[in-house]
Amino acid sequence: MKYIDEFRDGEVAQKLAVAIRREARADRRYHFMEFCGGHTHAISRYGVSDLLPDNVKMIHGPGCPVCVLPIGRVDQAIRLALEQGVTLCTYGDCLRVPASDGLSLLKAKARGADVRMVYSSADAVVLAQKNPDKQVVFFAIGFETTTPPTAVAIKQAAVLGLSNFSVLCCHVLTPSAISSILESPEVRQWGTVQLDGFIGPAHVSTIIGSRPYEFFAEEYRKPVVIAGFEPLDVMQAIRMLIRQVNEGRAEVENEFSRAVDRNGNLKAQRLVGEVFEMRKHFEWRGLNVLPYSALRISRQFAEFDAEKRFNLNYQPVPDHKACECGAILRGVKRPQDCKLFGTVCTPENPIGSCMVSSEGACAAHYTYGRYKDVA
Amino acid sequence: MTEIRKNYIRPLDIKHGQVEMAHGAGGRAMAQLIDELFANYLGNEFLAQGDDGALLPGIGEGRLVIATDAHVVSPLFFPGGDIGSLSVHGTLNDVAVMGATPLWLSAAFILEEGFKLADLALIVQSMANAAKAAGVPVVTGDTKVVERGKGDGVFIMTTGVGVVAPGMELSGRGARPGDAILLSGTLGDHGMAIMAVRESLGFESPIVSDSAALHGLIAAMRASGAELHVLRDPTRGGLATTLNEIAQQSGVGMMLQEKALPVNPAVAAACEFLGLDPLYVANEGKLVAICAENDAEIILAAMRAHPLGTQAAIIGRVHADPHHFVQMTTGFGGKRIVDWLSGEQLPRIC
Repeated sequence: MKYIDEFRDGEVAQKLAVAIRREARADRRYHFMEFCGGHTHAISRYGVSDLLPDNVKMIHGPGCPVCVLPIGRVDQAIRLALEQGVTLCTYGDCLRVPASDGLSLLKAKARGADVRMVYSSADAVVLAQKNPDKQVVFFAIGFETTTPPTAVAIKQAAVLGLSNFSVLCCHVLTPSAISSILESPEVRQWGTVQLDGFIGPAHVSTIIGSRPYEFFAEEYRKPVVIAGFEPLDVMQAIRMLIRQVNEGRAEVENEFSRAVDRNGNLKAQRLVGEVFEMRKHFEWRGLNVLPYSALRISRQFAEFDAEKRFNLNYQPVPDHKACECGAILRGVKRPQDCKLFGTVCTPENPIGSCMVSSEGACAAHYTYGRYKDVA
Repeated sequence: MTEIRKNYIRPLDIKHGQVEMAHGAGGRAMAQLIDELFANYLGNEFLAQGDDGALLPGIGEGRLVIATDAHVVSPLFFPGGDIGSLSVHGTLNDVAVMGATPLWLSAAFILEEGFKLADLALIVQSMANAAKAAGVPVVTGDTKVVERGKGDGVFIMTTGVGVVAPGMELSGRGARPGDAILLSGTLGDHGMAIMAVRESLGFESPIVSDSAALHGLIAAMRASGAELHVLRDPTRGGLATTLNEIAQQSGVGMMLQEKALPVNPAVAAACEFLGLDPLYVANEGKLVAICAENDAEIILAAMRAHPLGTQAAIIGRVHADPHHFVQMTTGFGGKRIVDWLSGEQLPRIC
């Protein structure tokens, strides 16, 4: 495939691997967090870690939309579908997230709930148009990448005057999650998690630009390199991070300049600003309640807010006691450190959210890398 | 009597008619549907016996193989085939990969009230064409009708019977360390053809299902004289799932070479677009063969000389592994597991 194969070229990868080995100093270790699930997936699927020297380690971050969705939010969606009889649409990965009472949206569907998988928010609007007698709710999840399409869907529904379409908005914000990790005691006080830099998000950065990361580089003295989701992008970003560390720099650099600039997509930002407003606080799975870390639908479009339309209350629900998703999302533990990993928690029967999406750290390690644990 | 009946009963209105409950009730309407539609297209000496079952000749030496398959594909018509041809190919291939020569098929139809007879006729015709091309007659069948809303147009169950010569049986238990793994052609064409129709993905050149009967290709491979250890057709769950099944059954590990895997560029693009992996996408006209390393080139040449195997390739090797992992050296140069499919990638593709 033109424009894709070039970024997965094995020969270039070998050359980059040699360069990384040459530039990584033998007398120190490098720990970099890839924030995004997209990077986690690329690293596992293409075997990027196999090409890195032993003293360069990747830590998986919390940037997997399904992984950070708390049980209470999935419960809300399930209740809407089971008790209020709405047609609930959402992205595929969301269907399998374990919620309360051993339920997931997929299991609710088997119990008779009308749950549909959609590829885009626009499909949900079409569904509402075609079924005027049904209340259609779009369960909107994801970071800044999926937020503008939700905004478009809401505006479209407003233009069409759809009274049977609403959105359960669970959109979250990347910078808040990064702050939360950098502020965590494991990184700040105890130093139990060594963190020498970040691979910055790819798709998220096309929307928000590289500017928001400048604060982290300056304030926390952590280098950030924004990288594309192809494996060569990741390798190049790792090399750039190693150089920054070696030279004592902490700057925001952009490896993904073919898609990201400093300001991002201003049109999308305006759209998001028009349709959404900040939530004062929002619970994340693994990161607890974070202030100003998520969005809700603005007053102007309140009629499309499913929380208001159906009078939904948020009820926090604790995770499974033995599940380490929280610690894994903060980079404190690795999937294989969890007692449940690969025993009771598998992709077929996920206990924690990190085992659900292919972008989740546990699912990626289970699916692509677990042969290393027995070697 | 027949003269009167011909004039008295109006022929089935295939052009405008629809399936009615009476078509499954066992009475005259059902007899007429069978006569004018099923027997008309599928007719052969066994079906013409008109009894509750087909009386078949003895098979002489060898053992019988029987395989059955239910088909619920949605949409019913797709580029490269339809539920009719698919229901023939799917079952014939299950018989063929056991090492058997398929002899006969049976077919059961579950029709939904209101389904257009014109579409049913197209499906039965296509089924007849596929059976004829494969040289395997449909010798017995059944028709049931369910109320509107209780089915989805048409579901077809087929059963195939074949005969395998003594000592020529194949199973998934035959892979041995050191063996070569061969694939007969490109991955994921069927699943992506279905997906592209469902998602209305307009590609410049449409993705065409690979639905095909494989026993001719298998006969050609056998004729090469080289010994096959395992044959399997990677349908639902794709190549990845099929190889995991074999690794488990044979108690071995496998190492694939990503660069050796043939994938049609349009399929690769569609998979990229939808976030799917061609390793997990269904095929309906491909087979995996495992044989001794020394025989690999001979079998590969035989496959490539057959129209259904022109893009055949050696894609990996079998090795000893107590964990039965299927692994892959990625095109990128790293390693990864090629795991079982988890969950459901594409519902109702066959």
